[in-house]
Amino acid sequence: MVLNIFTDIHNLLLEYMSEEATHITELILIAAAYLGIFAILGLLLVWLERRVAGFFQLRLGPNRVGPFGLFQTIADALKLVSKELTGTVKADSQLYRIAPYFVITTALMSLALIPFSQEIQAFDINIGLFFLTSVSSIGVIGIFLAGWASNNKYSLIGGMRTGIQMISYELSVGMAIVTMVVLAGTLQISEIIELQKDGWFIFQGHIPAVIAFMIFMIAGTAESNRVPFDLVEAESELGAGFHTEYSGMNFAYYFLAEFVNMFIIASIAVVLFFGGWLSPFGITDAIPFAGLFWFTIKVIGVIFLFMWFRWTFPRFRIDQLLTLEWKYLLPINMVNIVLMALMVWLGLTL
Amino acid sequence: MEEFLTDQLKTQEYFLNMGPQHPATHGVLRLLLKLDGEIIRNVDMDLGFIHRSIEKMCERNTYKQIIHLTDRLDYLSSHMNNEAVCLLVEKALNIEVSDRIKVIRTMMDELTRISSHVLWWGVMGMDIGALTTFMYGFREREMINDIFEETCGARLTMNYNVIGGLRYDLHENFVKRVKEFIKHFKKKLPEYDKLLTNNVIFRKRIEGVGYISEKDAVAYGLNGPTARGSGISCDIRKIHPYSAYDRVDFEEAIFTEGDSYARYKVRIQEMWQSLSILEQLVDKIPEGEYRVKTKAVIKLPEGDYLQRVEAARGDFGIFVKSTGQKFPYRVKFRSPGFANLTALNKMTQGLKIADLVAVLSTIDIVVPDIDR
Amino acid sequence: MTNTEIKNKIEKIFEGLVFSGEESDFLRIEANKDKIRDLMQKLKDDGELSFDYLFSLTGVDFGEELGVIYHLESVKTRKLIQITVKTERENAEIDTIHDIFPAAYFNEIEAHEFFGIKFKNHPDLKHLFLPEDWDKGYPMRKDYTDINMLIR
Repeated sequence: MVLNIFTDIHNLLLEYMSEEATHITELILIAAAYLGIFAILGLLLVWLERRVAGFFQLRLGPNRVGPFGLFQTIADALKLVSKELTGTVKADSQLYRIAPYFVITTALMSLALIPFSQEIQAFDINIGLFFLTSVSSIGVIGIFLAGWASNNKYSLIGGMRTGIQMISYELSVGMAIVTMVVLAGTLQISEIIELQKDGWFIFQGHIPAVIAFMIFMIAGTAESNRVPFDLVEAESELGAGFHTEYSGMNFAYYFLAEFVNMFIIASIAVVLFFGGWLSPFGITDAIPFAGLFWFTIKVIGVIFLFMWFRWTFPRFRIDQLLTLEWKYLLPINMVNIVLMALMVWLGLTL
Repeated sequence: MEEFLTDQLKTQEYFLNMGPQHPATHGVLRLLLKLDGEIIRNVDMDLGFIHRSIEKMCERNTYKQIIHLTDRLDYLSSHMNNEAVCLLVEKALNIEVSDRIKVIRTMMDELTRISSHVLWWGVMGMDIGALTTFMYGFREREMINDIFEETCGARLTMNYNVIGGLRYDLHENFVKRVKEFIKHFKKKLPEYDKLLTNNVIFRKRIEGVGYISEKDAVAYGLNGPTARGSGISCDIRKIHPYSAYDRVDFEEAIFTEGDSYARYKVRIQEMWQSLSILEQLVDKIPEGEYRVKTKAVIKLPEGDYLQRVEAARGDFGIFVKSTGQKFPYRVKFRSPGFANLTALNKMTQGLKIADLVAVLSTIDIVVPDIDR
Repeated sequence: MTNTEIKNKIEKIFEGLVFSGEESDFLRIEANKDKIRDLMQKLKDDGELSFDYLFSLTGVDFGEELGVIYHLESVKTRKLIQITVKTERENAEIDTIHDIFPAAYFNEIEAHEFFGIKFKNHPDLKHLFLPEDWDKGYPMRKDYTDINMLIR
């Protein structure tokens, strides 16, 4: 007996309207659902970050609003919604207003590919990973525009740093993904997860997979602009970097998108290396929606790692950031791809 | 290629206003940066956003009142600043204070120094981007502030020194609390190294950055830990020992590299030394009176007086020109931070913006001390 | 090295100075303002004295005259001397020593701002502590009055 509410909804809608109308309605429903997921995810992750920060910094973190302070971020979001949207007089007002939407749109589009469980994945195309990397690189335009259009030198420096950083580290993220694609032989996310039923890729690909995972984690941290790669909004140097001039909801978009991006990076890591929604040794394969549980656990594990970085590491300098990427990560990555290809060719994978 | 780039892509230096409200300037310091991309070409500064003209105020206050004004200079070494005034007047009037006073003053000095350095350590980490250090530093600082609070009722601007001694006698818990603190801090100081000092990124960020040679350091009038990072022996506690420093055994922390990391190491080392001084004195607080009776109106004989103490940031000097009145004729506070800040431009030539922040925090400025 | 020895050594390399305070903890010297640069350079360069550390530069309003008090220290011997230079109240002008002691740069700006002592050849006597459009005189002079000042 498979409990499939999605089919039920589909059939229910078909009873009342034509096939095309059903299709459009479903699209709208999915979009609404993902907007909800976006908001809830963002707020939950902000809460988690603050609790984790409290844990690392010998303090409590938010614990007053709701159980364990869970509603603190919702209260903060309500405050931000009620704030006036400000900007500088000489800002390029159109670009200035558009910029945040680039960031959230791309975050949302990437979110559609994330397989929360076997059943919950909005958009499973055969070039899934390719689509994901290309869409996520559009996000940088939003940050770049924000930096440029704010007409603030701190924002501009932040925006320029983004450009350098994102373009550099995208290479490493992409190459790390390619390494795993070599092992999987497919770009479709659902298939990649299916292939890991015999063993997660980090075990299947052992040495090169572990190297790829490390590189992915480093480059992924840089992609999501988090410490030690948060040069874009380095608060001790640039105030708030590219979003210095943003207020209210426009700021909140950036803020939430940053966390959702972190979630996306963590999800890709989980999909590529830790078998996505698969349970360890297939212990709960029979139970529907159990995948959601395993996926969440794994993603939170990776996210905790990101947060651990953030609350212990200092920040890189811009030239060190570039040195790390171009002189170390990229060459290692290239060698690693060859190594992985050799392993697959010789059948040395587990 | 180079020619093509300069021809086709016209670049220009631009100007960035860092401060007066900026997280890295530790208060209301305004730096005017001339930048080429991210590279610093020139650093100029604009001060005085919290100038209170304390030197002028001193000319209208009696010596006893001046003590309270010195708290507001470098608020993180308020006890040392107070002590400088007291020592100056005591020396001028030949007031001999008891050993108990001397030892207590020394211990309070060292506690203040630790609390100041701990705060510096936290802020230093924060400037480099490691936010957690701040809370770690404040954990220890809290203990010291509690000791201060119990002793004299204040946590920051203590006003514990008066001319001829101390305002109150020690609280009965003082020795116990200091011992607790020493035990606690001895365990926590290695933790600082684990969290920040031995971090690869941190080391890469400050090693070789903000170099100043020994010769330049002397020329620019650097003092305190900043100068000791360039290999200059300039600890007033050693050169002109005051209070009980002549009877304790400690080493002057000197590193010769002259970069930010050397200055960092000096301060970490100083915390260890302060701890050792506290350990030596905590069991040997002599009995005696805590205050010598002085005249109600204090008048310094005509002449020039100079007293220097080793404050947390360096060589704090107070120069008084007296005409024999109850008010000083001219008071000059030679602030260590101001002298150290003058070398900022020299130290940051050709570095990046991020380095400026790092260098600024190894100089360890406190803006009220600079603005006076 | 005692203060008397320092005095003797300085007398050898420079003439026309008035000494006092040999018995106290530091030697006080009064110098002519026209020769201050020469004196400073000699004190700095002299191998034995090597007063190479400008401890402080203090502007003073002596009443009739304005002046600057320099405190020089030797890093080698850790001896301190005080040099007083006086200048007339109107058109107060003293040679800059910022090229001999870079530490003097900002201190000279400060003395100029608060006492109105002009330092000849100083490249940038801007407003450092006071607002850029300050035109109410020199606040640290004794004859300066301001409605906000407490009257005692």
